Amino acid sequence: MLDYGLTEYQTAIRDLAREIAAKEIRPVAMEYDRDAKFPWPVVKVLAEADLFRVYIDEKYEGLTDGSPIMNMVIVTEELSKACAGIALAFAGTALGTIPIVLSGSEEQKQRWLPDIAAGRKLAAFALTEPQAGSDAGAVRTTAIRDGDHYVLNGTKLWITNGGEAEIYTVIALTNPAKGPRGASCIVVEKGTPGFTFGKKEDKLGIRASATRELIFQDCRVPAANCLGREGTGFITAMKTFDVSRPGVGAQALGIAQGAFDLALEYACTRRQFDAPIGSFQGLRFMMADMAMKIEAARALVYATARHIDRQPKERPTLYAAMSKCYASDVAMDVTVDAVQVFGGYGYMHDYPVEKFMRDAKITQIYEGTNQIQRDEISKVLISNFHSRVSKARAA
Amino acid sequence: MTNPPLTLLSEEEGLFQTMAREFAEYEIRPHAAAMDHEAVFRHDLIEKFFSQGFMSIDIPEALGGSGGSFFMSILAIEEFARVDASAAVIVDVQNTLVNNALARWGSDEQKRKFLPRMARDTVGAYALSEPNAGSDAFALETRAREDGGDYILEGRKLWITNAKEAGLFIVFATVNRELGYKGITAFLVEAGAPGFSVGKKEDKLGIRASSTCELILDECRIPKSSVLGEVGRGYKVAIETLNEGRIGIAAQMTGVAQGAIDQATRYAKERKQFGKPIAENQAIQFQLARLATETEAARLMTYNAARLKEAHKPFLKEAAMAKYFTSEVAERVASECIEIFGGYGYTKDYPAEKYLRDAKIGKIYEGTSFMQLQTIAKVLLGQ
Ligand SMILES: Cc1cc2nc3c(=O)[nH]c(=O)nc-3n(C[C@H](O)[C@H](O)[C@H](O)COP(=O)(O)OP(=O)(O)OC[C@H]3O[C@@H](n4cnc5c(N)ncnc54)[C@H](O)[C@@H]3O)c2cc1C
Ligand SMILES: Cc1cc2nc3c(=O)[nH]c(=O)nc-3n(C[C@H](O)[C@H](O)[C@H](O)COP(=O)(O)OP(=O)(O)OC[C@H]3O[C@@H](n4cnc5c(N)ncnc54)[C@H](O)[C@@H]3O)c2cc1C
Repeated sequence: MLDYGLTEYQTAIRDLAREIAAKEIRPVAMEYDRDAKFPWPVVKVLAEADLFRVYIDEKYEGLTDGSPIMNMVIVTEELSKACAGIALAFAGTALGTIPIVLSGSEEQKQRWLPDIAAGRKLAAFALTEPQAGSDAGAVRTTAIRDGDHYVLNGTKLWITNGGEAEIYTVIALTNPAKGPRGASCIVVEKGTPGFTFGKKEDKLGIRASATRELIFQDCRVPAANCLGREGTGFITAMKTFDVSRPGVGAQALGIAQGAFDLALEYACTRRQFDAPIGSFQGLRFMMADMAMKIEAARALVYATARHIDRQPKERPTLYAAMSKCYASDVAMDVTVDAVQVFGGYGYMHDYPVEKFMRDAKITQIYEGTNQIQRDEISKVLISNFHSRVSKARAA
Repeated sequence: MTNPPLTLLSEEEGLFQTMAREFAEYEIRPHAAAMDHEAVFRHDLIEKFFSQGFMSIDIPEALGGSGGSFFMSILAIEEFARVDASAAVIVDVQNTLVNNALARWGSDEQKRKFLPRMARDTVGAYALSEPNAGSDAFALETRAREDGGDYILEGRKLWITNAKEAGLFIVFATVNRELGYKGITAFLVEAGAPGFSVGKKEDKLGIRASSTCELILDECRIPKSSVLGEVGRGYKVAIETLNEGRIGIAAQMTGVAQGAIDQATRYAKERKQFGKPIAENQAIQFQLARLATETEAARLMTYNAARLKEAHKPFLKEAAMAKYFTSEVAERVASECIEIFGGYGYTKDYPAEKYLRDAKIGKIYEGTSFMQLQTIAKVLLGQ
């Protein structure tokens, strides 16, 4: 094992998450996948193990030890090795919480974070709408000020933890005339009148994760639930992705590692032609490639998470996008090859490996498709080049 | 005379392709998603396969068949797979494996007895694999022992396509394990044979409507006249039919890739983001262009292998290459097409995710990709 120099605390939460994954998640993963059940019993175990605290500041009953994003990455990776769908109850909550961490006032943080840290409440982040996926700026959900309330109207699509979470950070237009610059990030709690859920999606993978529509019909939310100033909703959303994307990278990494571990074991035990299939060079070289890609993805995801935890002056968009995009492409390649190692058995629902391939695919899609990551990566690189040139000219 | 381009079809082939395409579009497409969900292939559809002649494409008319060609089977498989890979594999196994083996190795009596039935109403299945004999197929353990005028078969076959619907099975068993591959013999076993039963149906990632079942041969008694070809020559039956069958799988994978591209192309023109169809982004254009190029290469390799076979030229290497390459392409194309659908691609409401699940089988059955590489390498290295 490469030594990534984890701190004592990071090692402890890794071991804890690994143990929970082995004892509580792996034995039920196939059942939750088949029945598309939400993993409440596992959520309870994670809460009791204090794992929801790892990315929330000590001031709000969290326990980051100074490295919230690296901690989130470590836990997400370990849980995803066993089941990426179940892991998403954890990672989706982190995504829903980050806007509060980044843009919430002291009072707002005191109000919501302790419940999340304790695992009493799950969170969700709601940006996407039917006509606004990659083009998040095209959101139409409105939040019109009415006295000391906002009145929300509109529909959010494919919200992870939708229906299960208590706390929703919702991007809505407080000033529709201004378009994206009129968007705000507003916390809506489950149970608020006018806030209901649409159908639960039937999906290829991460089936233990609930993906639902959020429907707002004249839903009145206190004005005090707006995170940051009105009109900063998009900035909050973009800054959220800057720190959450390594989390998707970690999920992808866990999926890849989980599938690889199964494949390696199978290659060492399955015999054909009077030898373990793992003794054939064709298979061995494929496994060598899988392992190299996984380790490279891990190095990039970890380095990015640490970079973010050091709170760099420049936005970490570039590396966040790279780590999500690279790790998710690796996850897809590796899981497809892992099925291949299993031959016909790999194609059967009775064996766990095909699930990893189904789960991997989502990591290339959400929190910005990989086309959007490549779009952003190249734009940042080009803009960095231009600013270097103009700085050089000025000097 | 210059040789015609591979994709230029004869008049007969062209008419047949159109018929297969329309059949797929109007008869299969409306049921594809539901059959995948329920993991059952509609019986009435299989009946239509028979009545339209898709189950005996290259069997002579004198024996009740359609009197077409091997290449036409390839066209039908491709067209069906564009719409539903499960429909394609039913037709594939019937034509390229079972009918093919019967026509090639069957005695006149066996042909007269079975081929008209294969054309009329009997689905065929091809049973080689066992739990411990997949890539190493000739390590099979199912035994056949003589008993008076009969053979008694004893053993278990795994993952047999069409098993639930089939009336006739080509079962490979060994008359003497000590003889190694030279003990392997092919038998024709009818569904009602005493001691023969179809076991559990697998719950699979893809081609879910196609049945994949275990066969249980428990003192299964069949007459000696059931031997297909010669005793101890079953390995030849297996190898030679699979060599041709691979071209069928290549056609299936070409169809899967094409079907996924068709869907993604249409979606890319409809879906608007940033005020314009996503197809107006160069990244999407180039992605579709690359996937279409790969699919075209896959098709050319498939057609070439099929035409070589029809011309009685060596095609072993080309068939293995075609299966190897097309299944890689299908997997990549289907996977990337999900991305073009964005989040919609991940839900069961849209057809994209099914293409990926279906595509994955191409690199596994009728010899995994590594087995294709092994075959290709053997030919290259003259072994
Ligand atoms: C299971 C699941 C869970 C999700 N969870 C959440 C959640 O919790 N919260 C939330 O807000 N959203 C969530 N989403 C939504 C997800 O983030 C979106 O699906 C994603 O951003 C893509 O948007 P879209 O699906 O509308 O695709 P589209 O934007 O329609 O994209 C379609 C295709 O066009 C490409 N494309 C679009 N624009 C460009 C361009 N300019 N250049 C090149 N290519 C382009 C895309 O890359 C993609 O290939 C979830 C989705 C799923 C499926
Ligand atoms: C849906 C489905 C339908 C099927 N239908 C039929 C059917 O109708 N009739 C039938 O007889 N069979 C059928 N099969 C079985 C299929 O042909 C086998 O699954 C296939 O041959 C692979 O065998 P295996 O699964 O035992 O894999 P294994 O042989 O165990 O292979 C596992 C892995 O090891 C690799 N490997 C094995 N040997 C070597 C080597 N020497 N060098 C390098 N790598 C190696 C393989 O490539 C593979 O990646 C079907 C299977 C499926 C999944």
